[in-house]
Amino acid sequence: MTLSQFLSQLFATAVSLLLAPLMLGWVVQLRAWLQNRRGPGIFQPYRTLHKLFNKDSVMAGTASPLFRFAPYLIFGCMLLASAIVPTLSTDLPLAKAADAIALVGLFALARIFISLAAMDVGTAFGTLGARREMFVGFLAEPALLMVLFTSSLIAHSTSLKTIVITQTHKSFTIHPSLIFAAFAFILIFLAENARIPVDNPSTHLELTMIHEALILEYSGRHLALLEWASALKLLAYSSIGIVLFLPWGISTKGSILSLLYALPIFILKLLIFGIVIALIETFSAKMRIFRVPEFLTIAFLLAVIGMLTYILLGVKAS
Amino acid sequence: MGNSQSLDLVLWVISVWLFIGLLGILALHRFTFVARILFPLGGVAGLVLALAAFHSLINGGASNRILPIGLPQLHFHLSLDALSSFFLIVLGVAVFGISIFSAGYFRKSTGTAPGLLCLEFHFFLASMALVLISSDAYMFMVAWESMALSSYFLVTANHRLPKIRAAGFLYLLIAHIGAIALLLCFGVLQANTGNYTFANMRMQSLSPFWASVAFLLAVFGFGAKAGILPLHIWLPEAHPAAPSPVSALMSGVMLKMAIYGMLRVGFDLLRIHIWWWGVLLLVLGLATALFGVVFAAVQSDMKRLLAYSSIENIGLLFAAMGLALLFSSYGMNTIAALALTACLFHVAAHAIFKSLLFLTTGSVLHATGQRNLGRLGGLIRFMPWVAWLALIGVLASSGLPPFSGFISEWLLLQSFLFTSALPQPFLNMLIPVATASIALTAALAGYVMVKFFGVVFLGQPREEKLNQAHDANLFEKIGMAWLAIITISLGLAPNFIIRLIDPVTRVLVNQGLAAQSKSSGWWLLTPTSVERASYGPLYFLLGIAGAITLAFILVRIRYHARLRRSAAWGGGHPWANSRMQDTAEGYGQPIREVFETFFSMKKHLPKPEDTEPRYQVIVEDKFWNGLYMPVVRATEFISSIVGRLQRGRISIYLLYSFITLIFLLILVTGIRK
Repeated sequence: MTLSQFLSQLFATAVSLLLAPLMLGWVVQLRAWLQNRRGPGIFQPYRTLHKLFNKDSVMAGTASPLFRFAPYLIFGCMLLASAIVPTLSTDLPLAKAADAIALVGLFALARIFISLAAMDVGTAFGTLGARREMFVGFLAEPALLMVLFTSSLIAHSTSLKTIVITQTHKSFTIHPSLIFAAFAFILIFLAENARIPVDNPSTHLELTMIHEALILEYSGRHLALLEWASALKLLAYSSIGIVLFLPWGISTKGSILSLLYALPIFILKLLIFGIVIALIETFSAKMRIFRVPEFLTIAFLLAVIGMLTYILLGVKAS
Repeated sequence: MGNSQSLDLVLWVISVWLFIGLLGILALHRFTFVARILFPLGGVAGLVLALAAFHSLINGGASNRILPIGLPQLHFHLSLDALSSFFLIVLGVAVFGISIFSAGYFRKSTGTAPGLLCLEFHFFLASMALVLISSDAYMFMVAWESMALSSYFLVTANHRLPKIRAAGFLYLLIAHIGAIALLLCFGVLQANTGNYTFANMRMQSLSPFWASVAFLLAVFGFGAKAGILPLHIWLPEAHPAAPSPVSALMSGVMLKMAIYGMLRVGFDLLRIHIWWWGVLLLVLGLATALFGVVFAAVQSDMKRLLAYSSIENIGLLFAAMGLALLFSSYGMNTIAALALTACLFHVAAHAIFKSLLFLTTGSVLHATGQRNLGRLGGLIRFMPWVAWLALIGVLASSGLPPFSGFISEWLLLQSFLFTSALPQPFLNMLIPVATASIALTAALAGYVMVKFFGVVFLGQPREEKLNQAHDANLFEKIGMAWLAIITISLGLAPNFIIRLIDPVTRVLVNQGLAAQSKSSGWWLLTPTSVERASYGPLYFLLGIAGAITLAFILVRIRYHARLRRSAAWGGGHPWANSRMQDTAEGYGQPIREVFETFFSMKKHLPKPEDTEPRYQVIVEDKFWNGLYMPVVRATEFISSIVGRLQRGRISIYLLYSFITLIFLLILVTGIRK
């Protein structure tokens, strides 16, 4: 690991860390505008985090050490996830430590810990949230894996770095399998980030809530860490989408200058991605929780079809 | 020390185990002596066994021995090669933890006397080691059968309960049906030469038809032991019935003996490989894995849950084996070695973490007297040791990085991604479906494990008396901690194990992964090249740990660490109690709904006019009613017909003899003409 690699890794991670709440604020603000409201402004997530960090943590008397430790772990997982996904440059030393499968594993680790932490206090809402989260996860996780595999088959590699390099360097070809994968990915994105057809991040309605039920017992700095972690997750997922389907403009050199050049392109792509999410969220209605499996099964099947398409077409060509 | 000394040492360990067993008989009721001295001694012997096998594995080559006992023409043939050595290491390492745990686990009870239990336990260990080093069919069957019998007696340790006797009988029955298939399989393999040594079987070139017959018999025979669909039925009955260390041994180690047998017959003794064998194993394995994990999700008995989870893992092992066979049949040995490495790594990983999980259920059982998830909860407060050690097992079992289960899953998925180069187009199309079901199984395994850990250890105690639950004793802690440490090391230093696996895959498919793993150093796992795929568990762990530390320090420096304890918030609901938490049934409900077709369910829902509303769901295995009950009924029907002949009067029997005689006379005269 050279110094420049280390610096570019540090820079990319710091950018994700600081940019994550902004992305969340952007989506919330856009939704407000689309619904003809004024909105809290795109910097609101930073203010919320600042407020939460300053507050006392109130914790149930029965909470175990696992409950206290989980927010840090989940935050760490999400930070590592955003460090692994090549956002600005492909020359990341950490990318070697974890490939696409390990990335999915990382999300699963965070999911399992947040579910366990929710079950720890032993309230009705916590266990309900844990059950629903794992329920969404067991279909979304393999679907995400299949989406990543579709790209892996094209690049003959599960390393995200190689996937990006193959996508950017080869001549522009439209892979039909990637189209299926992209649709599947959008569905997974909505489910995994607690967005509207699956979950609504702005309500605490017991009939429907998933993510909010999980973190209901947290307050103060622990809640702040969890909120920041979910902002990081949103950013990481957006980056995965960009990496897999729109990787152009990423720096493959790794010099600091090329990073500064890649940064505005990346932010522009995030802004556009935010618009897409806000539009989807505005134009769709919250599903009943019983319908979620169908939604996720569609995502799963689309991803499998994507992979099948690749193999079918590949066989025909050879 | 050469290889033959390693074999000597292995034989010594086996004799020590047998000797400890006999000492147990002499000290039948001296509980302290048996538990505190004999069991740890057996554990240490296990460690010696692992070291001897390790030594033989890194030295390479095989050593053979003929013991002058056994049949007159067929003495016992022993052989210690790479494959047996690898499994012996797994056996020894697991046994050390389990035996130390047993020293603290067994209590004075109404069941089998401690000395007798000690005999059965150590005979079980010795017979497993003998299975691994036997090198002729006769000795293999003797060891195999004594393994089945000694474990049967261990399962029925608490034989005063009729339910446990029934579970033991079912186990014995299926074990024997499997053993008959194995006997026939070896009969085919020796190809009419009358020579039952494995060396002879290797030299026979069977026709594809007879090779397939032998292979199918092996799949049936070893599948019955491993718990492959639809022969899995004994696992969820026998595991809860057995004492926890025995469940750990059976689930963690004994099931692997079937994997060993399958590898031995499928890759070593049968020299030709036909592609559809691989597909058969793959499909069977995937079906078993998915079935196992879905059933695990709806269990409410913690040991049954783990038993179904073992079925799932056996399925994954068979799938990996099938993939390796498929590749090897097309001569793609490098990728076959990758799939086989995934299989063998999972053998080691599962042996350790599943033993650990079964042991923790043992401690929970002792502390609370409950196996039912619906009556547990909140134990992390009263049994922190057990809970945190169980968490390690749970994370490994869910296939999460950076633990051991993830490595095998990762290797397996990698080998699936290579598959698109297969010459048969329709096989290529099978692969996305297979990959998808592996991914689904892995995700569901996470669901199951969250249910297991969350319901047992987290939340509020669901019963009043759980507040008095005590933590495990010292022996139990040491045993579990050993297994937990191994689980963590397997996850962090996979290249070490992969270099151990290398000679094994070299024996089976002439290829290994060690060269590649050496070029990328100790800490980075790269099956082919860094560009293609790499995973570095230690960097991964350091990455998370660094991020956690950073977050922790920043929060502490920038803000404060004030913390207030109060009652749980729970949405402000004032009358929350422990009964309002999700039950095990509630936690399994989404899976029950999604996979409804898998189960035969009896639901009893309350009606609005009920004065005492009751909600009840009974989930049963479809195979039980669909396959086993018809067989049972058919057997009963046939025996009732045969039973009519038995009238219990001597004149009737004389009549039978007379009729038989007449019939035979007619037959003889007919032949004469």
